[in-house]
Amino acid sequence: MEIRSFLRKLRPRRMPRLGRALPYIYIAPFMAYILITWIAPVAITIYMAFTECRWTVTRMRFIGLENFIRIFTRDIYAVDAIYVTAIYVSSVLVINAFFSLILAIFVTYFVGNETIASAIRLAWLIPRITPAVIYALMWRWFIDPRIGPLNAMLKALGLPAPSDWLLTLPYSRLLMIAVNGYVGASFGMIIYSAAVVSIPKDLFYAAKVDGASDFQICRHIILPLLKWHIFFVTSWQALSLLSSYEHILALWAGAGTARAAGVEVWALYAYSKAFYTSDYGYGAALSVFLVAIGIIFILFFFKVFGFERMMQPSRVEV
Amino acid sequence: MGEVKYSVRKAKIMALLKMAFVYAVLLVPLVPVLMMVAWLFVQSISAGPTMGLIPRGITLKNFRFLWSEIRFGLSKYPTIWPIVMNSLILALGVTAFEVPVAALTGYALSRMEFRGRVALMKLIIALHAFPGVILLIALFYILNRLGLYGKGLLTLIGVALVKAGLGVPMDTWILKGFFDGIPWELEWAAMIDGCSRFQTWRKVLLPIIAPGISAVAIFAFMSGWGEFLIAYTYIKRKEFYPLSVFLYSVIGEFVFVDWGLLAAVALFYILPILLFYALSQRTLLKLQLVGGIKG
Repeated sequence: MEIRSFLRKLRPRRMPRLGRALPYIYIAPFMAYILITWIAPVAITIYMAFTECRWTVTRMRFIGLENFIRIFTRDIYAVDAIYVTAIYVSSVLVINAFFSLILAIFVTYFVGNETIASAIRLAWLIPRITPAVIYALMWRWFIDPRIGPLNAMLKALGLPAPSDWLLTLPYSRLLMIAVNGYVGASFGMIIYSAAVVSIPKDLFYAAKVDGASDFQICRHIILPLLKWHIFFVTSWQALSLLSSYEHILALWAGAGTARAAGVEVWALYAYSKAFYTSDYGYGAALSVFLVAIGIIFILFFFKVFGFERMMQPSRVEV
Repeated sequence: MGEVKYSVRKAKIMALLKMAFVYAVLLVPLVPVLMMVAWLFVQSISAGPTMGLIPRGITLKNFRFLWSEIRFGLSKYPTIWPIVMNSLILALGVTAFEVPVAALTGYALSRMEFRGRVALMKLIIALHAFPGVILLIALFYILNRLGLYGKGLLTLIGVALVKAGLGVPMDTWILKGFFDGIPWELEWAAMIDGCSRFQTWRKVLLPIIAPGISAVAIFAFMSGWGEFLIAYTYIKRKEFYPLSVFLYSVIGEFVFVDWGLLAAVALFYILPILLFYALSQRTLLKLQLVGGIKG
């Protein structure tokens, strides 16, 4: 505290003219980036949604609500996209928010050896750190009907194995859920693991002395303490899942195939409208829903978790 | 006596079963992932497509793309090195655009008081949560307006710029955390010795957080090296494909696929990433915690 007031006194004398402007000079390049890659794009997406903008992205013609009317009345694919997105988000969320909780508790509470625990955590990170294209390539091999091991294993177990995982419903959707579930599981796992580690060990010992089983400890000590983390991971993942399509695009090699396979989620549909059929205005109108959901989610984050909870304590604030 | 012995044994068996269950839940779902990774290595040195994890005849032929022309189905590339160069430009571009800006802002947020500081931190958190990929259409407009679309190398730099802009909030946050960890006394001492604020930043603080800077720089490099979606969307000329888009375009020609060659190129592509993660697992887990992750 003293040091800070000293510094504050020191600064104006040292740089009489720059003093006040200095922080803004430091953050100026950052603000320029934010303006170009975040704020302007949000504004442009919203404006573009009310225009007809085809073939040439820079030529827009204002048409009011026409795009939205088209989405709600004449677009059969939009309905499909909503349906697929609902399946996608809810199923992957079960993996990302709840299965990852089981993984985190198992790996931190039950696996005593720290080296083994980190090795397991690291292995679970592989799908996330592998570039999307390589991840897609590995899956392509894994599900290949001729040389891939998946069908061979299924046949050995006497289970049905489709001749084409990418294009046969419901297998294509199962694949979509698995591929994205693997990518997302590590996020929750890391957050939950850190939370479980931070629980004082005394609580566990006390419960053990009182005769609690491991299951009871998980149920009555760990779970209640992780309530907020579960809520945070679930809502955070819900938002990122709603807008993620990179892995679907990479594995199905194009939005056309994804549509035929029944895995074209809303975000991918918006993308394909813009970049495969060059109907940018319509794509923007579809994206506007995601932008709106994103903004609502963020307001919700701040309201529920509070700013303090979402950031680390900062030295200056003390 | 016998009773007690029996129940101890039973308890032991129960404990064993419990651990078996725990390890099964943790490890069985990993089997496909580990198989895929193992396959990538095996396939790259295998003469034919492999079903299991045993190579079908060991060969280095798959790696011939390093010195001779590449033929995937109908498309032919004289050499892979220009594509590697593109990936390198993209990755270095992202690093160069991202890290200095994040370091400046991280410092300002950690050490300076100015109006709008808390608002800016809120904005950073908000941007971190906001999914940038849904803005690609508007970003396409901006790239066009800035004259960075369809210009070959300039487009590549435009992609790096977009990627850097989308990544900069998180990096700023991480670096702010590093600056927060430095005691004020050091700056105090530097300023008494006559350093200006900028000199203090440049000569005292930056060297101290060099590990943080390098971690963020490597992270930025990796994100540029692994980038697919933005590059795929904006780069349309084959000469300027980075490795990710090149591989994707090759996978598209599925019927003719040469699995061995594909695996070899893929392995070559992820080698820097594998090396990095093998060397810095600890930092990685820590950084993922600090910054959180999207997806």
